[in-house]
This record gives sequence, C-alpha cells and structure tokens, in this order.
Amino acid sequence: MKNLTEKQKNLLLRILAAAACVIVLRLLDAYLHPWYVRLALYLVPYLIVGHDILRKAYKGIRNGQVFDENFLMTVATLGAIGVSIHDSVKGGGDEYLEAVAVMLLYQVGELFQSIAVGRSRRSISDLMDIRPDTATIEVDGELTEVDPDDVETGSCIVVRPGEKIPIDGVVIEGTSTLSTAALTGESLPRDVEPGSEVLSGCVNLSGLLKIRTTAEFEESTASKILDLVENAASRKSRSENFISAFARWYTPIVCAGALALALLPPIILALTGKDPNAASWIYRACTFLVISCPCAVVISIPLTFFAGLGGASSQGILVKGSSFLETLSKVRTVVFDKTGTITQGSFTVTGVHHSPLADEELLGYAAHVESFSSHPISVSLRKAYGLPVDREKVSEIKEISGKGVTGKVDGHTVAAGNLELMESLGISAKPCSHPGTIVYMAVDGAYAGHIVIADEIKPASKEAVAMLRSAGVKKTVMLTGDTEKAAAAVAQEAGIDEWHAQLLPGDKVDKVEALLSAGDAAGKLAFVGDGINDAPVLSRADIGIAMGALGSDAAIEAADVVLMDDDPRKIAKALRIARRCLSIVHQNITFALAVKAVCLLLGALGIANMWLAVISDVGVMILCVLNAMRALFVKNL
Amino acid sequence: MKKTYKIDVDCAACAEKMQEAARRTPGVKDAVVTFMTLKMKVEFEEGADPDAVMQAVRENCRKVESDCEVFL
Repeated sequence: MKNLTEKQKNLLLRILAAAACVIVLRLLDAYLHPWYVRLALYLVPYLIVGHDILRKAYKGIRNGQVFDENFLMTVATLGAIGVSIHDSVKGGGDEYLEAVAVMLLYQVGELFQSIAVGRSRRSISDLMDIRPDTATIEVDGELTEVDPDDVETGSCIVVRPGEKIPIDGVVIEGTSTLSTAALTGESLPRDVEPGSEVLSGCVNLSGLLKIRTTAEFEESTASKILDLVENAASRKSRSENFISAFARWYTPIVCAGALALALLPPIILALTGKDPNAASWIYRACTFLVISCPCAVVISIPLTFFAGLGGASSQGILVKGSSFLETLSKVRTVVFDKTGTITQGSFTVTGVHHSPLADEELLGYAAHVESFSSHPISVSLRKAYGLPVDREKVSEIKEISGKGVTGKVDGHTVAAGNLELMESLGISAKPCSHPGTIVYMAVDGAYAGHIVIADEIKPASKEAVAMLRSAGVKKTVMLTGDTEKAAAAVAQEAGIDEWHAQLLPGDKVDKVEALLSAGDAAGKLAFVGDGINDAPVLSRADIGIAMGALGSDAAIEAADVVLMDDDPRKIAKALRIARRCLSIVHQNITFALAVKAVCLLLGALGIANMWLAVISDVGVMILCVLNAMRALFVKNL
Repeated sequence: MKKTYKIDVDCAACAEKMQEAARRTPGVKDAVVTFMTLKMKVEFEEGADPDAVMQAVRENCRKVESDCEVFL
C-alpha cells in the first residue's frame, strides 16, 4: 500500500468505492424499480470508477484519436448500457451491472499494470544502483558532503566503509577491500592500497579510503554504465517494432470488425425476412471492442527486454540494446581474438631450457640485461625473476633492433635475443620446439640456454568454449597475429574448431567477412575481442563483444555487448540470457495473441460475453507481465 | 543535436503514440520514447531551437494522450 503513487492510490480508492456500491445495489436489487431508477443507481459506481475514461475519450475524439483505448471502453460500456435499456423497456432482463463490472475490471487491470510496471522498473534500477548521490570531499581537514557533479578532477574524496565510490580515481591513503560485484557480477573482493586505481561503482568494504579523482562524475565508470543501460532500452528490437506496428493495425481492424458485426448481420437478416435482433449483434460488437485494447501485448514485450537487459547487467554483461539481445540469441558462430580473450593477454615465462646455470641465475641475467626496456617481454622477464633489479650492475647496454640486447651484467658479457642474434654473435644455439616467444641467452660468449615466454591460456577458456557449444554455438574460430605454432597450441587446448594465425589487423576484418558470407543467413556471427585494436572487426561482425572492458572507453564505444570482467564464460552466459529473454517474448506474443483470437471468435459467435472478454484481457496482461519478470532472474543460467 | 527528457505516461501504447506525435512535430528529426525508463530522446533538426520545439512536442503529445507529461 505505502509504495503506491498518488495516482494509484486514488484509482484504488475509486475501485473499492465502486465495488462497495455495486455490492449494496445487488443486495437491494429486488426493490429497484422501475428501469430508470435502476439505471440511475447503477450509473453511480459506473461514473465513480470510469469518469476519467469518459473524459479522456471525449478529449480524444476532439483531437481526432478515435482508436484510443479510452474511446473503445467508453463505446463498449455505453453500448452495453444501451442494449440493457432496450431489453428492459421491452420487459426483458436488464444487466446494467455488466457495463459497470467491465469498467471496474478494466480499471483493476490498469491499476495492476501500473503497479507491476512501476515495481519492475524499480527492481531493475535497484539492480543497477551503482551511482551514489553524494560524494564526501575533504577541504582543510573538514569533511563535507557535496553533489558529486560539483567535484572537480583532482579533488580528494573520502569513502567510508560501506559506501560506494562515486568517482573514478587513485587511492592516496588507506587500504581496504572493494566489492566490484555491482559492476562485474564478480563476487571476489579486490584489495586496494595507495596507488591503486579504483573505479566508481565499487563498494568500499573495510577501511577508510582517500581518493584523488581522475575524472569528473559524468565521465566516471558508474555514470557511463548507467547511461549505456538506460539508452539501451531505446534501441528497440524487431519484436518490439513488430508489436507496435501490430498495435497500430490491430485496433482499427478489430473496430472495423465490430462495426461490421453490429451492422451487417442485422441488415442481412432483415433483408432475408428474419428477425434482425439488432440488440444482440450490437452487444457482440461491444464485446469486440473490449477485446480490441492492445495494451496487454504492448506492455509485456518491452518489459521482457528491459528485464533481460537489467538481469544481464547485474551479471556484469552490458547489452547496448534490445535489438542486440535479439541478435545475440541467434549467434551460431563465435570468432575470438586470441590475445586477452582466450589468453591472459600478458606474457609469462613458462620455461627455462638447456641452461647450464640455475634457472634463477639465468633469469637474473636476462632481467638485468633487459632492465632498460619496457617491452612486454622484458616486463615478463623481470616478473619471473621476482627480485629487485639493480641497474648499477648493468653497463654497456646495446639494443640491436629486431634481434635483442647485449650488455655487461656484474662483469659478465650477456646477450639475450632471438636465434639471429646468436648467429650474428657466432654462438650455436639449440632451437626450441615450444610455442611462444623464445629468448636465447649467451653468457660470456657461450650459449646458456633459452627462456620460453608465452601468453598463457585463461584457466576458464576451455570450459567457456564447451559452454558455448552447449548453448547452441555451432562453430568457434580463433584469429591471431601470433605464430601458427602458438595459435595451434592455444586453440587445441581450448577446444576451438578453427584458427587463423599470423594475421595483420586488416586481415582479421577480411577473415570475419569471409566467415560472414560463408555462414548461413539465420545464424549470426559474434566477434569477441578485448577492445584494443579490434574496433573495426567488432563493428563488422553481426554482434561485437568486448571483454575485460572495465575502464576501457574504446571497447565500450565500439562493442554491442560489453563484458565488464575478462571471464570468457560470460559469453555463453550472455547467449543464454538473450535466448531465454527471446523465448519469453515469443511465449508472451503467442499466448496473448492466441487468447485474443479465441475471444474474438467466441465473441462473434455470441458465446463469450463481455465479462469473459474483460477478464481474459486483464488476465492475459497479468500473466504476461509476470512471465516477463522471469527475464530478470538470470543468476543461475 | 540530441537531448533526453523525462516523461510521465501511464501505458505502453500511449508512449508509442507520444513517440509518433513527437516525430511529427516540426523541428524534430527523430524521437524515441522508452516506456520502461520513462524517457524521451529527441534529435533536433539543424538550427532548431530545442526549447521552442519541445513546447510544441509537449502540446502535440497532450493532443494524442491527454494524461501525459514531458518535463522540460
């Protein structure tokens, strides 16, 4: 009760008052004579519950809106009253109750719809409640709460335990753990310390944090995500467009049917010399009008999509529009970019071979001689070494472009690079058979083994590919700029059907185009990338999925579906959510249209009366709305 | 130029009508009404004055659905 808006409360009161009125009239029924007294008394609840409908219908006519549902309800109920007057004047039964009840039930339906939609709108926005309304800033040691819009970039904000971070920034004081669940759907908390970058929308779990902001509120992650989700609903799917086109034609056609039903049979009957029984045909026409309101169908389709989008975003899957949800449900081919999606996207030392020295010692030489480079390979060497690098020990560094590095470490001459470097130095090295990047080492002019560096496959990749297959994906393809050997190793380990190696960024577009023209028209092709350098491919595919996109603007911009973290299993999950959402949409369309069709038929034959018509109308709407809400619950998909 | 406005309306079919009415308003290039988020996204034509156009949009919406509001 307390959650209702003024409008809803008002309507509820009117419904209750009218219902009470009807009950009293039914009890006094035997005493209500003659017919005009009954009519006058029954008009009281009719007007209590339906006066706004009548008023709106009148306004609608003045503005040329003939097929307005208010107009339809008005004509139908007034028609029913007219037929009752006709019957009672002739001395038959008079059922003014029916017109009152139809109006009453119609309003119950309106009230329910308004409550249900309001409630689902709220529960969906609760799911996405990642943007706090205030920020606490520190000025001269004093804490003040301000509107986050007023916080300038570079300000110092304070986030207490339990609060959401309002603006992106860097921690300058304090350590804590953050929950990114609202952003990524990932439940594992993340530790932060001074220097860590933090994103808005995360919840501070344990300690007080002081954060220097690096963006404005509007440009922060939380604001951007909300913007994206809110805009998503305006990119309408084909089902939604179908239903609104349908609604445009359905109502006029049913109204024309009603008119024909009211006029043609009586005229034909009269011409053939039979009893025209016009009242009965007009009544059937009125029943038609009650069934002609399209709202039940029209509301449940966008509601389903909205719930689906909301449910997906609660799992860290942002779909940029209902239309993409529709395409996603038809995906049969998934093309991956290797780096960052199937693999970690960062290089790690996976082996040290043929070394006469201890592994740590060799890694130490490598880390030192490469210590002046910021190349990912050098970074991975330093990471594998694990100890701090003392640059004082290093001298005479010479980078030989395309080959490697030579220099002196602790007085020893060290060379690190590819086979060509070894050859040019006249050192015979043993070629490595492992996939990956190989760094050959020579210490004091003698071959000292080699270090294998590879982009490791994500632990979840294999499971992710299997999940895609069980979600109905027929073909998986991997594209990479890496060597054939490395590509084959990764693809086989992950269980991917097809791979293409040594591709330049432009070649990837060509490959995707070839796959698009080779595939059948019904199955859609999804391209999964990490959003770095693959924007053209993301936009060329039927649907572009960017993963690990938290904080990467380019990816959010280019992709149609954005996975907030880098878990490849989310791709299959996104597919499942889309598929269920679409199946609910189809259920609702089929169910609602079938019930309408049956009611129209029964109404035309005179089997269904107005009671049945309005109850089926309200009932279908309630069932469709409840069914639509299932699209929101996606956690266990 | 695109702008987003908050709206209030009771039913989905009515929102659809508001969208049609907004699209027909001179100065509006395209309009999308989303019932679920109660928002109207309007793309204005080159050189149109958004405030004046939106007044007309509101009036046209009122004509097709008397019980609606566009918050300007």
